[in-house]
Amino acid sequence: MTATTLTSTQGAGRAGDKIFSGAALAAGCLILAVLFGVALFLVVQAIPALTAPADEIQGGKGFFAYIWPIVIGTLIAAVIALVIATPVAIGVALFISHFAPRGLASGLGYVVDLLAAIPSVVYGAWGAAFLAKEISPAYNWLAANMGWLPIFQGPASATGKTILTAGIVLAVMVLPIITSLSREIFLQTPKLHEEAALALGATRWEMIKMSVLPFARPGIISAVMLGLGRALGETMAVALVLSSGALTASLIQSGNQTIAAEIALNFPEASGLKVSTLIAAGLVLFIITLAVNMIARWIITRHKEFSGAN
Amino acid sequence: MTSTLTPVRSKRSALTKGQLPKYAPYAVLAAALIAGAAILALVGFNAFGWGIVSAILFAVGLVSWSAAVEGSRKAKDKLATCLVVGSFLIALLPLISVIWTVLVNGIPGLLAPGFMTTSMNGVTGVFDNKAVEEGAPVIGGIYHALLGTIQITLLATVISVPVGLLTAIYLVEYGEDGRLARAITFFVDVMTGIPSIVAGLFAAAFFFAVVGPGTKTGAVAAVALSVLMIPVVVRSSEEMLKIVPNELREAAYALGVRKWRTIIKVVIPTAISGIASGVTLAIARVIGETAPILVTAGFATSINSNVFSGWMASLPTFIYTQILNPTSPANPDPSSQRAWGAALVLIILVMVLNLGARLIARIFAPKSGR
Repeated sequence: MTATTLTSTQGAGRAGDKIFSGAALAAGCLILAVLFGVALFLVVQAIPALTAPADEIQGGKGFFAYIWPIVIGTLIAAVIALVIATPVAIGVALFISHFAPRGLASGLGYVVDLLAAIPSVVYGAWGAAFLAKEISPAYNWLAANMGWLPIFQGPASATGKTILTAGIVLAVMVLPIITSLSREIFLQTPKLHEEAALALGATRWEMIKMSVLPFARPGIISAVMLGLGRALGETMAVALVLSSGALTASLIQSGNQTIAAEIALNFPEASGLKVSTLIAAGLVLFIITLAVNMIARWIITRHKEFSGAN
Repeated sequence: MTSTLTPVRSKRSALTKGQLPKYAPYAVLAAALIAGAAILALVGFNAFGWGIVSAILFAVGLVSWSAAVEGSRKAKDKLATCLVVGSFLIALLPLISVIWTVLVNGIPGLLAPGFMTTSMNGVTGVFDNKAVEEGAPVIGGIYHALLGTIQITLLATVISVPVGLLTAIYLVEYGEDGRLARAITFFVDVMTGIPSIVAGLFAAAFFFAVVGPGTKTGAVAAVALSVLMIPVVVRSSEEMLKIVPNELREAAYALGVRKWRTIIKVVIPTAISGIASGVTLAIARVIGETAPILVTAGFATSINSNVFSGWMASLPTFIYTQILNPTSPANPDPSSQRAWGAALVLIILVMVLNLGARLIARIFAPKSGR
């Protein structure tokens, strides 16, 4: 190799470095610009609804009386989904990464990705056509035997199109997201940590508890966060499954509504102040997800020393 | 010599003592199945309940036997194994149920003549009424929707993957945890929470302002989907790039390789399988999005091959409108048959994409210990 080729590649490399880092920086700034655009649009369009006199808003009691029940409905549905999905998802991820025979594991990973790939509208159709019908006997049983709990107060919905069914459908939808990301993190656990634990005589569960879970904790939190983001904003599944109504404490009666489904069902026919009311509802949803993300972010930074970057 | 042999013999017996026999899980399983059937016979037998009762009995039986013979540590291990395997089996139930429902309802729709090659142009309720009342074939298909979905998703991917991957590279390689990098990480997290319908509204308003009011094209939908897709690509790529060992980067620098060539030749190839899996998940997330497409691309019944002009159909909006607003309100069955057929096509499309991404990942993945 001659000196000229060496210097010429160096020159090209320097320009390449500048172009590459510039492009990376531009991409990052573009994301900030897009998000700023979304927020700006939402706020500008929502102002008429926030400043309008109370009796012009749907329901006649002002914007906050309108938004409060559907905020609670959104949170109920998302909490049901995460309570069901998180333990199952971590179990499935552990099964694929540490319990299943190695030849089977990649095939099972594909099965989970497939579950993630099924579109929300298909889950919505499945929930409305199959799950709601099959699960309504269970609701009758819950109403008869657990009815003293406010959340299982009867009479149960005859169609099964309740917030609990919507929550279960949402759980099925967020399960593969949490599983897939947790599995990737579990597989990245340093092999030496695992082998050290096993060499000290730990059982498989003790090895997982001592080496895999501490390593993976921030990853699991970010996976659950992504799942929560999807559960909060999911539109079509709830719109198709839930037969909506006023806010009720009982999970097995029809009633309750989520923000996203409220927007989807009403936006096409909306006009004038109704449009800005719905956009303001979208802004509220946006703020809720912002709060959730900030809390999750704070948890992740607290555990940063365990993260995969070395 | 004899004095040393005796403790060795007692040690060996201590090792083999206190373990369940190899046949233990099978014996407990058989007992659990029989006991489960007996309990279910008292309250009325059904296969689903039998499975659940037997699984609980199996876990309780195996764990308590293990606790009695092997001690609490082994018993905890057995309990954890039962829970993990059990959660996997629970997760399989909805998957099987969804796929079964789609297959049973979708295959008749898919096999209808002309389903893949015709659009809904000119198909009215009259034909659907005839199909139900006189047994005429169900006409109309998804060609226009399939074409629309492929174009919109492709354009969204072309926009999102470079932006997302470059941002991830900036965050991991150039950001050095500075103020801008932290801001981008934070706002990418915020973007993951953007509800799909809000992303659609943003794209629509943006094009209304820039191009003109009422602009509804496939490209607007692609922009809306990009807003949803970019954060997913950034997050997954960032996780994967972070995991690439610093030793590899340092080895490349030590050989005098430029930073950008290190990233392209060392860092990205090491992480490519994870990046491909992340991009697949991102496509999987956006390809079935209904709400943003409904807001941004409208709904068409005829073929539109130009992504930059005119309303465009897509498979999810096709499914949604066929279920919610059947072509013939009096006889919704042909519409629901077409909807399930479209759902089946959508799932097959996604499966093929997944498989392709996996093949690419396997071809490019570096050899690893796992």
